[in-house]
Amino acid sequence: MTDDTGQGRSWHDMGGEDAGEIARGEHDFALWEKRVDALMRLTSAKGYFTVDGLRRAIEDMGEDAFETMSYYERWIASITRNLVESGAFSTEELNARMEKVAARGPTYGEAQGAGE
Amino acid sequence: MPHDHDHDDPFHHEGMSSSGHPYRPDNDQPLTYWQQMEIAVRELLVEKGITTAAEINAQIVLMDARSPAQGAAVVARAWDDPAFKARLLADGSAAMAELGIDPDGLKLVVVENTAGVHNVVVCTLCSCYPRNLLGLPPDWYKSRAYRSRTVKEPRAVLREFGLEVPEDVRVQVHDSTADMRYLVLPRRPEGTEGWDAEALAGIVTRDCMIGVAIPQLP
Amino acid sequence: MTVLPELTPPPFDPPYPTRGARFAPGEAVRVKPGAAPGHIRTPWYLRGRTGRVERICGDFANPEELAYHRDGRPERAVYRVRFTMEEVWGEAAERAGDTVDAEIFEHWLEAADAP
Repeated sequence: MTDDTGQGRSWHDMGGEDAGEIARGEHDFALWEKRVDALMRLTSAKGYFTVDGLRRAIEDMGEDAFETMSYYERWIASITRNLVESGAFSTEELNARMEKVAARGPTYGEAQGAGE
Repeated sequence: MPHDHDHDDPFHHEGMSSSGHPYRPDNDQPLTYWQQMEIAVRELLVEKGITTAAEINAQIVLMDARSPAQGAAVVARAWDDPAFKARLLADGSAAMAELGIDPDGLKLVVVENTAGVHNVVVCTLCSCYPRNLLGLPPDWYKSRAYRSRTVKEPRAVLREFGLEVPEDVRVQVHDSTADMRYLVLPRRPEGTEGWDAEALAGIVTRDCMIGVAIPQLP
Repeated sequence: MTVLPELTPPPFDPPYPTRGARFAPGEAVRVKPGAAPGHIRTPWYLRGRTGRVERICGDFANPEELAYHRDGRPERAVYRVRFTMEEVWGEAAERAGDTVDAEIFEHWLEAADAP
């Protein structure tokens, strides 16, 4: 039997933990969230990483990320990490592009590139 | 002129959705770090020829088309057709494909509620869900509270959802830990004899197929 | 004390291929009590617990390898294993005879009567 101190247990492995009432609020997904979801399905289907790679990077982000970031924020962070790991693009390229995106304007709509 | 870049986009939304839930603020809100990353990653992937804008849009259209209505159609058919039900329990993905719903890699296991068993589905390790049948999972399914408690005190969880499972009924929890995804086949309520498929599907909600509710007559 | 569920395996074969699974439906199996770090799909609350194989799901690539850009091969048998709430939670169980099923990869299982 695994010892009960929880040593070796990862934060995401939460079955049986004490927790409060289930918050039942729901929301529909924003366009940027749907895009993140689509990017996951496309890049994993093309062999850049797997759903287990997605989960692993989210697990490694730690419990704070679970508490403070939204679901698709964690996903894009993990997708990006996996894509860098598999060589789809470099962190250098990503950094340069993120700067360029932010320079276009202060809202999600304005930050889109040409052709959007 | 701010924020109109997505104007011709089929996914540009205003106000509340047809399901009555608010859309998360999007185009007009200050750009977040993670949105900035999403735009950058998407552009890099397109520029490198790994994907295209059209492919991304097609994926969004595909996922938007997946909804609990698809699952309800499967359940309604199973209620009306014992041979289909047998095939559904033996191979959920093949049976949904029979109805023209593409499993697209989903490995569906259907678990049947009976007089003696009530099934409920959870994923304690992340938030595995039969997305290719039911669409994206509700927020509560991904919450710490639901993921933590359902395997230990399912009856208390179900009570919060308004469902009291009798003591002589066994609660059967399914933790989706690996490659299968689970759909609960609810019991057909008495008083629905002679109903057509559409009427039957109309009482099968998403929550019934997760197992936190049972079909109610209108 | 181990508390096993009563169980009738479903009357059909798994729709996904298996190349010789070590355990059979209905057989009592124990989840290994491992605590290694990494990406693991065997939930903590089941480690060291004994249940019965409800069905064989098929052979699947090892998620512990897939998570790190490896191919996860050879594929391993995945089992649907059923546990009683009493076995998992002891006296803290909400109702002893309720059950929980989870999918467990073969390399996390051993025969219940193994030393």
